[in-house]
Amino acid sequence: MTGNNDNQEFSLQTLQAGDRAEFARLVDAYSTQIYRLALKMLGDEQDAEDVLQNTFLKALQAIKKFEGRSSLSTWLYRIAVNEALMSLRRQKPTIPVAIDFEDDEDEIQHPTQFTDWCCLPEEELLSAESKGHLDEAIRRLPEKLQVVFLLRDIEGLSIRETSEALGLTETAVKTRLLRARLNLREQLSMYYGERLKEEQA
Amino acid sequence: MEEKHCKSLLGSLSDYVDGTAQEEICRELEQHLSGCEDCRIVVDTLKKTVYLYHSNTDTDLPVDVRERLFKRLNLDDLLTTK
Repeated sequence: MTGNNDNQEFSLQTLQAGDRAEFARLVDAYSTQIYRLALKMLGDEQDAEDVLQNTFLKALQAIKKFEGRSSLSTWLYRIAVNEALMSLRRQKPTIPVAIDFEDDEDEIQHPTQFTDWCCLPEEELLSAESKGHLDEAIRRLPEKLQVVFLLRDIEGLSIRETSEALGLTETAVKTRLLRARLNLREQLSMYYGERLKEEQA
Repeated sequence: MEEKHCKSLLGSLSDYVDGTAQEEICRELEQHLSGCEDCRIVVDTLKKTVYLYHSNTDTDLPVDVRERLFKRLNLDDLLTTK
């Protein structure tokens, strides 16, 4: 995890006064994270680049109105998530939101996979093929779980920062995070369970 | 995993994996895990799942993507090496 760059100081006043060099510094501090987030959500380099550009264009336009209630990074993530979601809507306009079957907010899916694949060697767990599968599993998550997982577990935001970036309560973030992790565990168990069988054959 | 107990512990798993669960819950969970093989596997593979994703964040920003971003923002005069 690269975590966040909040230890880097940015002068909000300088940014809001339109200082271009300071804005360029902000771009360099966060563009890798924003690009990665978009890439994991969209799975396409061109779409991720569009989201990256639109995020900073919007930030540039809106920086004067930023009130500093959250950190700058959280604010940028919030813009980026919205941009990525809009991009997803454009890609798959026919898929209804109902596909998330999100009504049972608190219902935690009971585990069904009980294969112990922890013993697989690291080079197998993180092979190029496995990494592709890890990314694919994220994209198969319901959207609401996906964004929470990406911000918390991939970008390393805290529960509070994630809740600020998405406009959710901390309790909702925690529940969705657990559901996302359990969902991914199920998916990985099926995938690595097969690898394990191959290895033992 | 059919015991009621397993289900009540499921809700604490994220906190447990992150090391932020209360001590009492940790104790209860660990005691349960020592006697419930399915739950032990769920916890171990859940930990591993989170670990693998933490290890798989090595996307870099391609140089040309950065260049085009600076141009789009009209900041290309500030495009020096990082």
